[in-house]
Amino acid sequence: MTIQERISGGQPVSTSRRGFLAIAGGAGVGLMIGFKAGPAEAATEAAKGAALEFNPFVKVSPNGAITVVVKHLDMGQGPTTGLATLIAEEMDADWSQMRTEFAPANANLYANLAFKAQGTGGSTAMANSWEQYRTAGATARAMLVKAAADKWQVAQGEIVVDKGVLTHPSGKKGTYGEFAEAASKLPAPVGSAQQTPFKDPSKFKLIGKEGLHRIDNDSKTDGTAIYTQDVKLPNMLVAVVAHPPKFGGKVKSFDDAEAKKVKGVEKIVQIPQGVAVLAKSTWAAISGRNALKVEWDDAGAESRGSEDFLAMARDAVSKPGTATAKKTGDVDKGFEGAAKVIEAEFTFPYLAHAPMEPLNCVVDLKKDSAHLIYGAQFQSIDQPTVAAITGLKPEQVTIETVWAGGSFGRRAVPTADYVAEAVMIAKAIEGSNPVKLVWTREDDTKGGYYRPFYAHKVKAALDKDGMPVAWLHRIAGQSIFAGTALEAMAVKDGVDETSVEGVSNLAYAVPSLQVELTTLKVGVPVLWWRSVGHTHTAHVVETMIDELAHAAGKDPVEYRMALLKDKPRHLAALKLAAEKAGWGEKLAKGRGRGVAVHESFNSVVAQVVDITIKPDGGVKVDRVVAAAEVGTVINPDVVRAQVEGGVGFGLGAALRNAITLKGGEVQQGNFDTYKPLRISDMPHVEVYTVPSTANPTGIGEPGVPPIAPALANAIFAATGKRIRDLPLGEQKFQSV
Amino acid sequence: MIKLNINGVDRDVDVPEDTPLLWVLRDELGLTGTKFGCGVAQCGACTIHLDGSPMRACQTPVGDVADSKVVTIEGLVAENASKEGKAVQAAWRALDVVQCGYCQSGQMMSAAALLTSNKPNDKDIDAAMNGNVCRCATYQRIRAAIHDAAKRLEA
Ligand code: FES
Ligand code: FES
Repeated sequence: MTIQERISGGQPVSTSRRGFLAIAGGAGVGLMIGFKAGPAEAATEAAKGAALEFNPFVKVSPNGAITVVVKHLDMGQGPTTGLATLIAEEMDADWSQMRTEFAPANANLYANLAFKAQGTGGSTAMANSWEQYRTAGATARAMLVKAAADKWQVAQGEIVVDKGVLTHPSGKKGTYGEFAEAASKLPAPVGSAQQTPFKDPSKFKLIGKEGLHRIDNDSKTDGTAIYTQDVKLPNMLVAVVAHPPKFGGKVKSFDDAEAKKVKGVEKIVQIPQGVAVLAKSTWAAISGRNALKVEWDDAGAESRGSEDFLAMARDAVSKPGTATAKKTGDVDKGFEGAAKVIEAEFTFPYLAHAPMEPLNCVVDLKKDSAHLIYGAQFQSIDQPTVAAITGLKPEQVTIETVWAGGSFGRRAVPTADYVAEAVMIAKAIEGSNPVKLVWTREDDTKGGYYRPFYAHKVKAALDKDGMPVAWLHRIAGQSIFAGTALEAMAVKDGVDETSVEGVSNLAYAVPSLQVELTTLKVGVPVLWWRSVGHTHTAHVVETMIDELAHAAGKDPVEYRMALLKDKPRHLAALKLAAEKAGWGEKLAKGRGRGVAVHESFNSVVAQVVDITIKPDGGVKVDRVVAAAEVGTVINPDVVRAQVEGGVGFGLGAALRNAITLKGGEVQQGNFDTYKPLRISDMPHVEVYTVPSTANPTGIGEPGVPPIAPALANAIFAATGKRIRDLPLGEQKFQSV
Repeated sequence: MIKLNINGVDRDVDVPEDTPLLWVLRDELGLTGTKFGCGVAQCGACTIHLDGSPMRACQTPVGDVADSKVVTIEGLVAENASKEGKAVQAAWRALDVVQCGYCQSGQMMSAAALLTSNKPNDKDIDAAMNGNVCRCATYQRIRAAIHDAAKRLEA
């Protein structure tokens, strides 16, 4: 691949910087202003100290600041820091000169190379950008060095760059800022990787090193970081929507007399999603919405409840699945000759993402444009959706991404639900004012797009040595992709991979494996939730394998190791976690230790959990020791933070989270009923990484899957009770 | 008109007295560092100091604070800020506490208030900080950063 191809992710682009201009002009009208500037304009821009584009990812200012254009949404996982690190590394820049900005919607330039579309998710941000951003940095560096070499009349190879300062043995010295203007006019180097080679990993000064602080540290600790909730445009109205209490419900009629009396309420409009109250302030909009009287038409609504759904799922796993996701060997034969057969059934509830910042979106709709400002996670879905609603062309829809107060998957939606809602409101008022749609916490909790509920049933056969010979695994639940625009791409032969991932690719060497799926249709929208299918499959596989180890009378770590002989990454993570945790020590009565190891998003994370059964029979999680195999570690502290956060996120859900419906209505609303993990629940978490020189893999999600099963296995160790239904809830335990 | 004292500056606002202080700060005064997370005193994202004590701005009617001194995150870390505010900010940065960052203004406000009393242990921290939710679960670092800030205040 040429450098240009590597930067563009294989998109056909011409081989000069002009090539970028052409693409930018084609799909990102009016956004990539700097790219379209000719040398004359560039000179004036430079005189003003503005940043000069070197390629779609790197700008350098005459004042020396290097701006990295970040193509991924940063909802806390740190890709902003990571991508800036890749550029700084290849440019030999000083960390203090790095700046970042979020990329506009432009899939030609800013596609996620793992998706071939612009979006953030699947823990792909760093993995898909690994070569692309380093290439962009190396290219910019080469151009700056060439400009210096030209000016100094020396060979490029004699120039050394360190911390953004160029030096030549003759004593000549300069900064990137000084050469920014001249360098930005040079053609980008073209050709093979050899012409602008990446740095050899042995020369890394930033990648993999400790002590590099998050680039968003400052603005997020002084109140200046701007989130969607903080955006204010001239004449903007805040919209709060009365949504139907049941999914699929519609407005029958509404009475807005009282709502209109609320000071500050300006407009009230009906949209397909409900009734929107628009006001000059958020509080007026909330008050106006509360004063609305809406009669709902539930004729087409989902009116069943969680008990119905779980009964349906349990029934489904008691029979053969309607689709087969995996079949190796012959499970029936395995059961015939088995020394022992173990069966277990599991259930999992709906889960809400509950990002700290409830959903929101700003839209400024004009006659021939729509400008959106929000934490955009899936531009390639949102942009055409907005275009379809407004009748605009996709390129007339511009998206400005700002910091997102968490997402955990919720901001990337195949239906673009909340973005579409904001645009519907803007359309209903004919773009008379910019609109900021604000969901309250209750709107967010009750708004659907949950992690689907599931039931699993597993039947496993052991041979006379206690090793598994057959594994029949039935899963029933809703499909995330079914019924969406992505169904054709993601559902194959009736199998939505996100329903079975983590089981269909079972890591343990079991000769016969059969995974069956029954996809249930329920009128509650569902979505990926941090680590997607692994949120439930890891729990089943890892508690089941623990149960098999006990049935075989073997140590759970050794048993796993024996079955993971051909999985070096699993082995390395498991060994490291077990070692660091002191696996094998005897614990006092009332304490328990459990382990789990799971691969997701190409990374493997093992966790060892220590718990204590409290005098009241409740569970206290004391410590989690985690080991992650994530390939090359780009920022060790960000990796640790993601595992710490993943542990907390998964733990909160395992302990007490469930969205339940009764008669079609969601029973939880705010944090008093959908109870988040709090600081007093948080265990001490230690995170280790397995040394590796392989390309980096994800870490935004892989810390989540092992925590629930490791906790369940620890509870078993302390109490002899298996945890097969999540969450734990108010259950009390007795130690043995 | 309601007269307020925010971060040492007198401000006049023309809003109904029962408007939560949170929305006055955010929508009327442009002080958006104070966040909206729940609106019902369940998450602490809106924590401010009212005469030095941590309060949930979403449950504080603006009419009740006319005679009080309000400090927000912007005031907590300003040039002439309290030593607790500075120590908390330095510790938060040193330990890279933030992830999405949305809860952190509230976390820092609660932490700074806690640090005006004796050097806290883990139990004190859990008790004082339990009303501040972090969906990114940065809790372990919050604990460590409060200890770090306490050390900075001793030095
Ligand atoms: S917004 Fe005030 S406590 Fe949550
Ligand atoms: S940092 Fe995201 S909620 Fe606390």
